[in-house]
Amino acid sequence: MSEDGDFAIRLHGITIQFGGLVAVNGLTMSVARRGITGLIGPNGAGKTSVFNVITGFYRPNGGYVEFRRRDGSVGSITGLPPHKVCHAGLARTFQNIRLFGNETAIQNVMIGSHVRQKGRWWMNIVPFTFPGAAREEEEIRENAMRLLERLGLGGYAYAPASSLPYGAQRRLEIARALATKPEFLLLDEPAAGMNPQESAELLNFIRSLRDEYDLSILLIEHDMKVVMGVCEHIWVLDQGQLIADGKPEEIKRNHKVIEAYLGKEAANA
Amino acid sequence: MIAPVNAGHARRNNILTLCAGAAIALLLWQAPGYIDAYKIRIINLIAINAILGLSLNLIYGMGGMFSLGHAGFMAIGAYVSAILIITPDQKQIMWILDPIAPWVRDMRAPFLASLLAAGIVSAIFGCLVSIPVLRLGGDYLGIATLGFSEIIRILITNLTPITNGPLGLKGIPPHASLLMSYGCLAVMLLCMTRLMRSNFGNVIRAVRDDEVAAKTMGIDTLKTRVLVFTLGCFGGGVGGALMGNLITTIDPKMFMITQTYSLLMIVVVGGLGSITGSVVGAVLVTTMLEWLRFVENPITIGSLNIPGIPGMRMVIFSVLLIAVIIFRREGIMGMREFSWGWLLRDGKRGGTQ
Repeated sequence: MSEDGDFAIRLHGITIQFGGLVAVNGLTMSVARRGITGLIGPNGAGKTSVFNVITGFYRPNGGYVEFRRRDGSVGSITGLPPHKVCHAGLARTFQNIRLFGNETAIQNVMIGSHVRQKGRWWMNIVPFTFPGAAREEEEIRENAMRLLERLGLGGYAYAPASSLPYGAQRRLEIARALATKPEFLLLDEPAAGMNPQESAELLNFIRSLRDEYDLSILLIEHDMKVVMGVCEHIWVLDQGQLIADGKPEEIKRNHKVIEAYLGKEAANA
Repeated sequence: MIAPVNAGHARRNNILTLCAGAAIALLLWQAPGYIDAYKIRIINLIAINAILGLSLNLIYGMGGMFSLGHAGFMAIGAYVSAILIITPDQKQIMWILDPIAPWVRDMRAPFLASLLAAGIVSAIFGCLVSIPVLRLGGDYLGIATLGFSEIIRILITNLTPITNGPLGLKGIPPHASLLMSYGCLAVMLLCMTRLMRSNFGNVIRAVRDDEVAAKTMGIDTLKTRVLVFTLGCFGGGVGGALMGNLITTIDPKMFMITQTYSLLMIVVVGGLGSITGSVVGAVLVTTMLEWLRFVENPITIGSLNIPGIPGMRMVIFSVLLIAVIIFRREGIMGMREFSWGWLLRDGKRGGTQ
């Protein structure tokens, strides 16, 4: 798949070591632009480590990551600190939700807008001095409200983020990520802790996000219904190695994948 | 937090704030005619402590950086301002131990400019110190800033040609009138409220609450923390300068760790992260510290004579502080702020829909 001309992110020989443990070993993969790509594998396969390398939290011991913008320019984002990765147009959510719990839902989303804010911090201190900056603040608030409403969180706007129900917190984290105006969205287990009905809704939700905001999406997920239902292409990791990649139907039949998940006997059965 | 306020209420609130400000100004203006000088001084001290408390709250409560170095930044501000406003002739006479450095003697500035200079010099020191120190977190940051504050104090004690060493500076013109102190407090309140209500205020709180998530949101957390620390040091410098102008005498011993502790008390009792809390804390702590002086005098209850024990009020105060921490850890205000809507009970219409 992903012909080289049409990637959003490409990893070249990424290796991550923690002391003697090799978490990811020479991983080369690419993620299609405007695609929904899944990254799956058993526990400890190194999926979240891959996310952390892409978003700048880990510096890989070897290899590099390329990012292609909407305008077609390609640049390496290896070793950039996380805030610069975000600035470049990548946003992520966390496996264990990391909202700003004391802040209201709308404040959480407004914080996401900060990275694109042009007005400087001192412009809003003295009243009436920088009408442009004041207008921008107002726009950020309105934009945050629109995002919340789009994600069905309008009613929670002024409630502290930590008081929201679990599913709403997951969506708020996505709203906050969207506020950074990303081109590429990384979702770390978006369906974790959701009931079957919620996960079913999630499929359509992820697709609609891609279409509305012109995103490329890479997601880690354990819920195979979600993965098989929404992903157009899947990469499978096991013990830091890439063991398979392909369309969902191919992955379902792949021997190595079945072996990794269920053991040798199941694969041979 | 920021609840939505409709336009009519916002307008009413602004008018109410202006009226309250004018009323307080009128009271302060008339006060010296009715109240004795000692009480005036305490009322003045409340404003200065509020400024200092607010600046420490910006660093500790809002920025989440545990700093024990505020006395050091106050000292820098107090010395800068005092050196700028004392006349060269006075300075020439005051330096006894070592001759004064000529450039220090010839420096002069009007009072308001000296306040600004005090803030700026203190902020520059704050910025330079914070860049290496803020890479530390939590308790380590506290220890490092405490160390810095002591370094400043010892430098001041020993840089005699510039600071007149342990003798300190005397005869600072008493510019810190009631209106001046409260004017500075009003400016500070306005600036801080607007800063914390802007989106940058959200960013400051985000860095405090979850650094990893803040980085993911594209926030340069180190830069944000350095900026907040620097702004807090600016406030500390201005507060220290006002303090020097109120007391009219400064020496290195004034700026020991105990000074930082009383500010810490103001911030913690009032509520970490609450602007209103720091003001309330300043009123309570300042008046209590004065009022509790009576326990240090000899007391006679019936036939029982209790001799005065110097320092006793600090013991009582410490007990009170422990009580606050045990029974109301979030302080009096918690993270809440005063608002007219809350006072006038605008109803819950604007609440969580």
